[in-house]
Amino acid sequence: MQRNHNHPTIVTIEKVIDETPTVRTLVFSDEIMSDVLPGQFAMVWIPGINELPMSVMISKDSGKAAFTVRKHGPASTGLFNIKKGEQIGIRGPYGNSFDLKEGRLLLVGGGTGLVPMMRLLTFVKPTDDVTVLIGAKTKDEVFFEKLANELLEKNPHKVIVSTDDGSYGEKGFVTDLVEKLVNETKFDGIYTCGPEVMMYKTVQSAHSRGLFVQASLERMMKCGVGICGSCCVGEDLVCRDGTVFDGEHLSKNKEFGYFHRNKAGILENY
Amino acid sequence: MEPSLETSIGQIHLKRPVMLASGILGISLDVFNRLYRSGAGAVVTKSLSTEPWEGYPNPTIFSVKGGGWINAVGLSNPGAPNFAKMIEPNKDVPIIVSLVGSIPGDFEMMVKQFENCKVTAYELNLSCPHVAKVGLEVGDDPELVKKIVTAVKNTTNVPVIAKVGLGTTHYLETVGTAIESGIDAITAINTVRAMAIDTETQRPILSNKFGGLSGTPIKPIALRCVYEISSKYDIPIIGCGGISTWEDAIEFFLAGASGIQLGSAIGDNWIQVFDEINDGIIQYMKRKEFSTIKEMVGLAKKS
Ligand SMILES: Cc1cc2nc3c(=O)[nH]c(=O)nc-3n(C[C@H](O)[C@H](O)[C@H](O)COP(=O)(O)OP(=O)(O)OC[C@H]3O[C@@H](n4cnc5c(N)ncnc54)[C@H](O)[C@@H]3O)c2cc1C
Ligand SMILES: Cc1cc2nc3c(=O)[nH]c(=O)nc-3n(C[C@H](O)[C@H](O)[C@H](O)COP(=O)(O)O)c2cc1C
Ligand code: FES
Repeated sequence: MQRNHNHPTIVTIEKVIDETPTVRTLVFSDEIMSDVLPGQFAMVWIPGINELPMSVMISKDSGKAAFTVRKHGPASTGLFNIKKGEQIGIRGPYGNSFDLKEGRLLLVGGGTGLVPMMRLLTFVKPTDDVTVLIGAKTKDEVFFEKLANELLEKNPHKVIVSTDDGSYGEKGFVTDLVEKLVNETKFDGIYTCGPEVMMYKTVQSAHSRGLFVQASLERMMKCGVGICGSCCVGEDLVCRDGTVFDGEHLSKNKEFGYFHRNKAGILENY
Repeated sequence: MEPSLETSIGQIHLKRPVMLASGILGISLDVFNRLYRSGAGAVVTKSLSTEPWEGYPNPTIFSVKGGGWINAVGLSNPGAPNFAKMIEPNKDVPIIVSLVGSIPGDFEMMVKQFENCKVTAYELNLSCPHVAKVGLEVGDDPELVKKIVTAVKNTTNVPVIAKVGLGTTHYLETVGTAIESGIDAITAINTVRAMAIDTETQRPILSNKFGGLSGTPIKPIALRCVYEISSKYDIPIIGCGGISTWEDAIEFFLAGASGIQLGSAIGDNWIQVFDEINDGIIQYMKRKEFSTIKEMVGLAKKS
């Protein structure tokens, strides 16, 4: 029988990789998740604990996919603590994906927002000239730097890390680097995922210069299919209309960069 | 002449008969505007409580393999006072405010919050099957139904709808009580209490274990209820439950509904479902030579 995307499929965790003290990658086998597009996500059920939206991470082995999770509240900590051999449920994939441009590309990722960026890297053409910016608070929280370099082995590329406290790479906010780079280079495509304020500034820097930019948004999600309404940003539903939106569209959205909704649906400031 | 989609559900007059059901996509005025532009005749808000509620932890929604959904969102909502502020700027959209509470005072307090808002009707949720002390537990208590309906009717001149469902008290009795207390219209039905268990991990899937079944599997049940209510009582009815095509819509009109609501079909077919159903109704009316919805309402009872 054909798989119902909205019905949870149970998979077994085959490998757990520690990325940083608070971030882990969980690898599992699933043909459908192994070739989703960059920006798409799954609803991940941690039996007895919760269900969370997670971007789908790549795995080097064919037929395998992964989630990269940061330990935060009770739900993500539950997923973080899943051990090899334990089972989780996945449904999806949901959402649209980034439009792939060719030429000079700039990818800006912060924290676990790097996940869709890594998947995007598996889609770049060997002729693309790719710059990846990785933002982190501090040295201990930097991950995927090596992976990004590996994925871009055949491309002209740069992977630049910045830390807020300057303990590794460049010092300062990753968005300061974005501002500097877009002044120097006319990029053909700019892609971002991470904390919303970071995405907001990146979109502004790019859009104000007429550059093509897309961001993958995060919102409180319950259903993932456009029924519950909890993921709305203005009139857009992130799970169904996104997660990826163009800079042009986002620049008209009154909530992007300023407000998100809590579990009761009340607007809260960033 | 082009047939008209206009409909009247008692004192509620709408340009189009298909409404957004309560609890679906309903927490932002921007989204309401978008749904209205996409063909919804009115939107029903999430059921609002006196205070904000977070609802249950995830999983809160589950897709049944053969079709349909089971949800236990737990009536998460920003609370009536916050919500009223949010919809105050509304000018264009017919908004039906859904309310949930345990005592008449809850409802009175909430209705007062909306005094400065453009509200087309109130819908009293007497039928949510998965939250304690509200919803079905209220609908199952005829004395309480009487007190709540009377209290709301005494607080506002805006039409008041009671939304009924399948509880331990027969819904026809609840409808009767609501009519005696002055209700203006009935919405039937809400979701039906249900559950799902995962065989691999051997656990109930929803965090709340039980939830409400909606979507195509409940359509024949909802249709039966509308037919029974319209056979027994003379009260305007809004049909709700499993409607996803124009044929479903027509069936509900023929059973006695003057308007319909849908929710789950949006999860299956997304927002264009409103326009698709509106177009289908118009084509059917042309073919069968009806010029108004009203001409179709309750026709199935004649044969
Ligand atoms: C499309 C999408 C993709 C994501 N991808 C990843 C990823 O690859 N890796 C990763 O670590 N995290 C990802 N997240 C974030 C993740 O879903 C959680 O928000 C985060 O792990 C915190 O959850 P928590 O329950 O531990 O926090 P809690 O302590 O329960 O809540 C803290 C805050 O987390 C957010 N949150 C909680 N539950 C949800 C939920 N169901 N949906 C959205 N936000 C929620 C809310 O803003 C909440 O206020 C993604 C989110 C979205 C929407
Ligand atoms: C996710 C979800 C949330 C709901 N929340 C509410 C609610 O807050 N109040 C209410 O009266 N009904 C609620 N319902 C029930 C719907 O309004 C509707 O009665 C039911 O889903 C049947 O219609 P459908 O088959 O078209 O979905 C909810 C249903 C779903 C699926
Ligand atoms: S998560 Fe439910 S509408 Fe998007």
